[in-house]
This record gives sequence, structure tokens and C-alpha cells, in this order.
Amino acid sequence: MSRIHDMGGRLGYGPVQPTLDAAVFAQDWHARALAVTLAAGALGQWNLDMMRHARECLWPGDYMRFGYYEKWLAALADMLVAQGLVSTQELRTGQAQGPSPLAARRLSAAAVGPALARGAPTQRHTTGPSPWPVGARVRTLLPARNMRVAGGHTRLPAYLAGKPGRVLMQHGSHILPDSHAHGLGEAPEPLYTVVFDAAEVWGQPERAGDEITADVWHSYLAPE
Amino acid sequence: MPHDHHDHDHDHPHALLPPDPALRVKALESLLTQKGLIDPAALDAIIDTYENKIGPKNGAHVVARAWADPDFKHALLEDATAVVADLGFYGRQGEHIVVVENTPDVHNMIVCTLCSCYPWPLLGIPPAWYKSDAYRARAVREPRQVLAEFGLHLPEKTRVRVWDSTAEIRYLVLPMRPAGTDGLGLQALTDLVTRDSMVGTGLPLSPA
Repeated sequence: MSRIHDMGGRLGYGPVQPTLDAAVFAQDWHARALAVTLAAGALGQWNLDMMRHARECLWPGDYMRFGYYEKWLAALADMLVAQGLVSTQELRTGQAQGPSPLAARRLSAAAVGPALARGAPTQRHTTGPSPWPVGARVRTLLPARNMRVAGGHTRLPAYLAGKPGRVLMQHGSHILPDSHAHGLGEAPEPLYTVVFDAAEVWGQPERAGDEITADVWHSYLAPE
Repeated sequence: MPHDHHDHDHDHPHALLPPDPALRVKALESLLTQKGLIDPAALDAIIDTYENKIGPKNGAHVVARAWADPDFKHALLEDATAVVADLGFYGRQGEHIVVVENTPDVHNMIVCTLCSCYPWPLLGIPPAWYKSDAYRARAVREPRQVLAEFGLHLPEKTRVRVWDSTAEIRYLVLPMRPAGTDGLGLQALTDLVTRDSMVGTGLPLSPA
């Protein structure tokens, strides 16, 4: 049910290779890729959930072969075309066929600091369903899926689907990615940190008593 | 490596760009600049921000303050977003911050299995290993083995709690204050705080 990006618990990987603190960007083009993506995002034609979904919708072979910033670039190119900001002809030739009507929204150098400092908070003040209290026993959906859009974006990892857990923290109401990624509105819902026993998740944990937490929206949960 | 020709190519505009990633980003930047959609000077400002202004020294400052000042630590664990915002550490990918405290009983470790969410205003851009498939896949299933690959061997009595960052809450680990640091000032404490100790894949340095 899930896409290639949903990696939690997948077997077959080798060791993690910690690196020393080297340059922030290993390659100059990594820095450029990040900056182009953020500057294009500042045009306001998509939100972060839409961009995440665009990365997740890369062909699985590409997703696995591409490095982090290659995924960003590919999803950005796809998003620019999907939103009509550039044409496939322009992408193919690298030549603009005319200025964009959105040029007035271009992020200036002077606006970068304030824009990065502002961020994009996702908490919303709403009166939704009554939040379960800290300590409440809950169970996640099985299977993990977007209930509004078939095959759509969701943030419940497959490895945590159908698992019993306990509410550890309440975070108020936050924008629901399952809706927001598809242009269906913010649809904010209570968000919780839920703690899971590793034994419930994996059958056999590395050590009895180890735990995993995830941040889970109200509609991903049912009372246990 | 040249892009393979699969049917999916016809559905994905990105395949129209040059296959080499450095050329790919150059082509996109050039096209968007021609169209008036981005300003190369703004790109320079973004890169300067994350290369020179925002990085793990922000988080290290917060951790050292928490070690030195019990009231600050209490407030930080209660409402980290407000506390770090007061220090100027608020912004993109750090709009909602939670700080989790390591103790002899529990060791916290942060991951994002679905993408690579990370508290940018406190730690900067995530390192390559944090974004790797191996870390994303394995941190939740075999955290102790992963920690061993970082050279961190936890006592059996210490429980591991792995935090999967699946929403817009960003987590920072408050590591335990190292022994032998009683007389140290704030700057000396800050110098002991490593990036990895704030992700939970390392421990702070010990005083020389």
C-alpha cells in the first residue's frame, strides 16, 4: 500500500556510514539545488506537503538511484510543469519562451532572511474532535492509507500501521497532509506523539522495553 | 549515468533535463532566472544562511544553557518552541520544536523514515548519513546496532526511544551533561556539544 519512500524497518541495507563534520554541502550543486527549490517554493504555487508527495511519486527506480538533492531536483521539475510554471518544451531546450506572469512574486535576496525566519507553522486553532488525553490507549489504522485520495499522500508509516500505542504528547491541531498535499484544504486535526512498544512493532525487538514514537494525526487513530 | 529509457520517462518531465545532476540544477536555475521566477542573488543568500549562519552551534548553545541553568532547562522541556524562539532560533523546518532529555534510563534518537525531517534552525542542514536509506530504514528497527556503527554502545539497562519525525514537530535531544564539567563556563560547555549528540547518535565530548 505504501510508496518507495516509506523506508522504516525495511531490511537489506548495509551499515550507516557516519561522516565527520565536513562542508555543509558536499557538492556546490547540492547547495544550488536546495536554494533553487526553496526560492521556487517561495512563489507560493505549492505547499510542502505537495512537494513531499511529488518526491514520493518519483518512479521507484529513480527514487532509489537518486541522491537526496537529485530527488529534490526531479520533483521540482515535475512540479514546475504540473503547476504550469514552465513547459515541457522549455525544460527540454532550457530556453524560456517568455517571462512568467508570476515574476512579481520572485523572492528577492533581501526577503530571504525574513522568509526563512518566518517558516511555515502548521498549527491551527480549531475546534475539532476532542483530543484523547495523554496516556490514552490508541491503535493506528490498518492499512496506512490516505482516506480521501486513493493512493494519495499520508504520513502514517507502513511499519506502524495497525499497532497499539499510547498517547505521549498532544500538539494541538495541525494541517492534515493527506488533504493539504492534494489541494483539498488544510483540514487541521489534533496531532499527537504516540509511543509504541518495539516488541509490538517488530515482534522481536532488539531489547525488551525499547520504544518508537511517531507523530500521528487524530484520523489515523482509533481508541484501543 | 545516462537515464534509462522506461515508459515512466514519458510521464515525468524531469527526464527532459540533462542527466548529470550538476548540469541539471544549472539548467533549472538558468531557465527559472530567464523566466523571472528566481533571483540568483536570493539563491546566494539562502546558501549563505545555511553555510554560515544556521548550524549545530545553535543547538549546542541551547544544550549548554540547559546544562548550566535548571530554570532554562525546565522551560525548554516544557515549551521548547518559545524558548528557542527567544534566542532567535525559529524558522523554516523548526516551527514546532520538542526537546527530549536523555537520562541513565532512556536514550533518545531522532530519525525521519519518510523523508529527512530535521530541526534546521537548531542543527542546520542534515548530514548525508541522516538522509541515507540505511539510517532511515534501520534506525527504527535496530537502533542499538545503528548506534554501535557510530561507536556508541549503550548499557543494557538504558532503554532506547526512537522518535520518527512524521509530522512538522522537530526534535532535539538534550544529552546528559558529561562528568567532570562542574567548573566549566557556558562557552566551554558549548564546545563539548556535538551535532550527533543532539540527534542521539553520539554523546557529548568529555573535557580535555
